[in-house]
Order: sequence, then structure tokens, then C-alpha cells
Amino acid sequence: MTGAPLIEVEDLRIDLDNGSGKVPAAEGVSFRIDRGETFGLVGESGCGKSISALALIGLLRQPLSIGAGAIRFDGREIQGLSAAEQRALRGNRIAMIFQEPMTALNPVSPVGRQIAEMFVLHKGKSWREANQLAVEALASVRVSAPERRVKDYPHQLSGGMRQRVMIAIALACGPDLLIADEPTTALDVTVQAEIIELMRNLCAERGTAILMISHDLGLVANVCRRVAVMYAGRIVEERGSADIFRAPSHPYTQGLVASLPRLGSRAALGRNRLKEIAGVVPAITNFPDGCRFNPRCTQATDICRTVAPTADFLEAGGLVRCHHHA
Amino acid sequence: MKLRANLIIGGALFALAIVVGLLAPWLAHTDPVLDANLMNAEEPPSWTWWFGTDGQGRDIYSRVVYGARISLTVGIVSQLINSVIGVGLGLSAGYWGGWWDDVVNGLTNLMLAIPSLIFALAIMAVLGPGLTSLLIALGLTNWSFTCRIARASALSLKSQGYVQAATVLGYGDLRIMITQLLPNMLGPIIVIGTLGMGSAVLSEAALSFLGLGVRPPFPSWGSMLSEARDQITTAPWLSVFPGLAIFLTVLGLNLLGDGLRDILDPQSRSRRS
Repeated sequence: MTGAPLIEVEDLRIDLDNGSGKVPAAEGVSFRIDRGETFGLVGESGCGKSISALALIGLLRQPLSIGAGAIRFDGREIQGLSAAEQRALRGNRIAMIFQEPMTALNPVSPVGRQIAEMFVLHKGKSWREANQLAVEALASVRVSAPERRVKDYPHQLSGGMRQRVMIAIALACGPDLLIADEPTTALDVTVQAEIIELMRNLCAERGTAILMISHDLGLVANVCRRVAVMYAGRIVEERGSADIFRAPSHPYTQGLVASLPRLGSRAALGRNRLKEIAGVVPAITNFPDGCRFNPRCTQATDICRTVAPTADFLEAGGLVRCHHHA
Repeated sequence: MKLRANLIIGGALFALAIVVGLLAPWLAHTDPVLDANLMNAEEPPSWTWWFGTDGQGRDIYSRVVYGARISLTVGIVSQLINSVIGVGLGLSAGYWGGWWDDVVNGLTNLMLAIPSLIFALAIMAVLGPGLTSLLIALGLTNWSFTCRIARASALSLKSQGYVQAATVLGYGDLRIMITQLLPNMLGPIIVIGTLGMGSAVLSEAALSFLGLGVRPPFPSWGSMLSEARDQITTAPWLSVFPGLAIFLTVLGLNLLGDGLRDILDPQSRSRRS
């Protein structure tokens, strides 16, 4: 399967059944991730980034469902797989870590056992072997004294430790893709940096691709080679992460980049109000016509209010969905 | 380490009851059934007759000792059956939801609506009297509370991060139920289970009294209580000692359940160490 992307999402639409009918919670979502690549999905709460990730591993549950489009993992359509085949992918070839390391571990089971279970479940190891492998896995995420730590229960570990354990569980079976949904939101900034570094290094060593989901543009740009920005259920811009900071194309991205606080800016420029994007995110049932960003956009014209912009490919690589993009 | 008084006392009382039941032939002074002697009828408690004697001159102490066997067997076995049924139905209903949940809910409501003793009576009437049918009857009729608790726990647990994480990591439904949900709901299930054992001991008494359970002359604490009913003013020891046995056993079970719950919760375990 050389050349084919690891994961390919094509024109995905996710419907939300709100009782009286279906409304699209995300639509026209397309992206691809190559083997070993790092890809970021950025957006505000409710913009559809997390449900897109859930769709990727076939875990959308009522009231959410896939309305249209295709997701191909390693050339095979995820929707076409049986429940058992999907289950065999999850945790084995596609793994995921969550934003809440406090709650993502089973409180009544020692962490070593939870790591070992992955080997038993997906690799058919005996418990004896699996426990041995769990110690190694814990050592690989730089937990000191792993042979003692495996017997600890989650509540005995700090938040950073728990996230390390989560990474150990997620990477236990050597997955091709690691989905990280806000992996460090609940952690201190210093711990956050360590965890990100660890995750990036481990994935680079093993050739695991990362799909990182976050509202933190800086963090994502730091980890990922390419970044897609989502707004109100659509990808508005997809770029190399260096480009997106240097020359954001979509007015929304420009607004995001402009609103990032910068260290030392007060010394250089004097006391300045932090930039913001005027207005609020539209409700899912009440998306505006045309470009969904138009009510908040400073550059909006008549066409923006009627016609939804299509994706324009940029010369420098990447794409943007705006009638007036730079 | 803090002394866990409830666990120690509860465990000791329950263990005592079990040991007494197991060692009954060695602990009893006389045969509980055959050693009737009207010359000794209705003796109050004394050095010879520790717990007194009944109207037929049988040693109450020996009968209480032997009665432990039947009462505990009924309590433990029937509650085990109840727990397995209740947890199996409740856990799967809470986790899967949908039509299966509706079916289980309907069944549970049905069981709660019909007094379980009446239902047990009906089953006994079909199966006929005897210890085995007693176990079956009580084992099939008291699972609704366990089921309710298990279902409610499953409902709240399935939205927990670690259960969803398990789904994402490729755990199958059965594995999630057994490794993620079951251990996390064990506390309340055990507490309900110990309470249930107590009430099963009492139900056994009621059914034995109605002639459907253990039939005289074989002793169970419940049937002894029932027989002693008429002489409660003239020979109170007839009811006091079997009653005390039931009381201590049920108390022990409840304390034990309480203590076990503390142990099974890893958070309180670390507070202790």
C-alpha cells in the first residue's frame, strides 16, 4: 500500500438527529493523513472536530451518524467493515488518547493490568507475557520504577503520570494512527510540554501518524506538520503549520492568529487590548447561509451571504474555503 | 492502619455461623430430631440445657446449631442465584439499552409488583416442598433490587471516560461489561447481596412456617421460631435463641458487606495504607 494515504476522509457529513429531523453537525470534511505524518485539527468547542475523530474510528452513536462521504483507512472503507473488524482496528491499529486522564483509566484496576490487557486483547499474548510487556511499555513512557508502578491504581498517580499511562496503553500495540483529542488540556503547562514531547518522540520512533485535535492553535502548530482549521462544521483552511502562522488565509484563521497573546508584546507595543473575533459561533441548527463565518467576518460581501465557498487550492500548498482569501 | 471494626465483627459473626453449621455434629449435645424426651419438656435454660428445651424435650441448643446449616445454605445459595440473575440482567440492560432494556425493566417491575414471597409460594406449589425447591423459589424471586442497582450503575458507568476509552481501544461488549463495569459496581452489589442473604433467611422461615420449606421435625431457625410462637409467654427461650441466631447472622452479614465495600473501593484502600 505504498503511496496510498493512511487515512483518507472524503466529503464526510455527520448528521445530528435532534428529534425533529437531521441537521449536519459537520459537512464537507475532507483530509488525508500519510503514514507517520502529524496532522492537526483545530477549532472551537462544537465545531465538529471531535465527532470527526469519532467517525474515524467508527464510534459515532445516536443521535450522531455518518450522513455521507467516505473514510478509508489503509485503503479500506471503515463503514464497510463489520463490527468485529472495526473492533480489531481500534486500539490495535488506530488508538486514541483523551483529554481527561483523570477519568480515562479504570479506577478499580491496576494500571499495569490495563496496559497488559491490550496485549491480551489484540496480540493474543498470555497474561504472563502481557504483564512483562506492560512493564516495558511503562518504561518506554519514562515512568520511573515501572515494575512497581504497574501495581498502582490510577488514583495513586498524578495527572501527568496518568496521561503517560494512557499513552502507553494507546501505543501498546504499535498503532498506525494515534488520535489525540485535547491530550493535555487538563494538565499543567510544564507537564503538558513533557507529555507532548514524549508523544511526539514515541510516535516518530515508531512511525505512528498523529491526528491531534485541539482548540490550542499554538500547540497543534508546534506538534503537527499540517493543520486544518474547522469552523461551524466545515474545514475552512488547511495549511502547513508554519504557513498558517506566517500567512493565514481565511479571515477566521487570521482572527485566531491575531488573537493569540504574544509574550513581550506589551513591552514592544505598549498596553494593547488582546484581539478578538466579534460575535459568537452560530448554533448548529441555525447555521447562516453561504459562508458560515460571514456574520462575524470583516470582509464579508454579498456573495458570502448566499454562496458557500468551495475549496481553493493555494499555490503554496494547502486549501482555503473563502471567496476573498488572501 | 485503622481498625476496621465492622469488617472484623461482621466477618467473625458470619464465620461463626458457618463454623457452627459445618461442625454441627460435634458441637451439638444431642441429636436435634431424635432425642426427644418428654421428661425434659420445656426446661428453661440451665447448665444441662444451655438454651432450654422445647415441648417435646428436644435440646434447643442442638437444634439451633443444626439449624445453622439449613438457614445458611438457603441464605447463601439463594442469594447467589439472585445476584447472578440480577447482575446479568441489570448490567446487560443498562449497557445495551434498547429493546433488551425494556424487556428487563418490564420483568423487574413485574417482580417488584408481585410480593416475592407470594411468587415463591407459587413456585413452591409447583415444585413441591423441600430444600431444593426452596432454594430455587427464593433464588428466582428476589433479584429485582440487585437488577435495579446493577442497571443504574451500568447506566452511569457507561458514560465514564474509562468505559468509552475501552470502547475506543477495541474492547468487545462482554469484555467491557466484565472488566470495566462489573468491578466498579461490585460495592453496592455486595451490600445488597448481604442484605438479601438476611432476608432470604427470613423468607425461609416464612415458607417453612407455611409447611412449604423445611418441614418439621428438621430444624431451621425459621421453623423453630414458627413453632415457638404459641409458647412465647410460657417458654420464651424457644423463640429467643433461634431469633438471636437469625439476628446475629443477619447483623454479621450486614457489617461484613459494609466492610467489604470499604475494601473494594481502592480509594479508601489507599487512605488506609
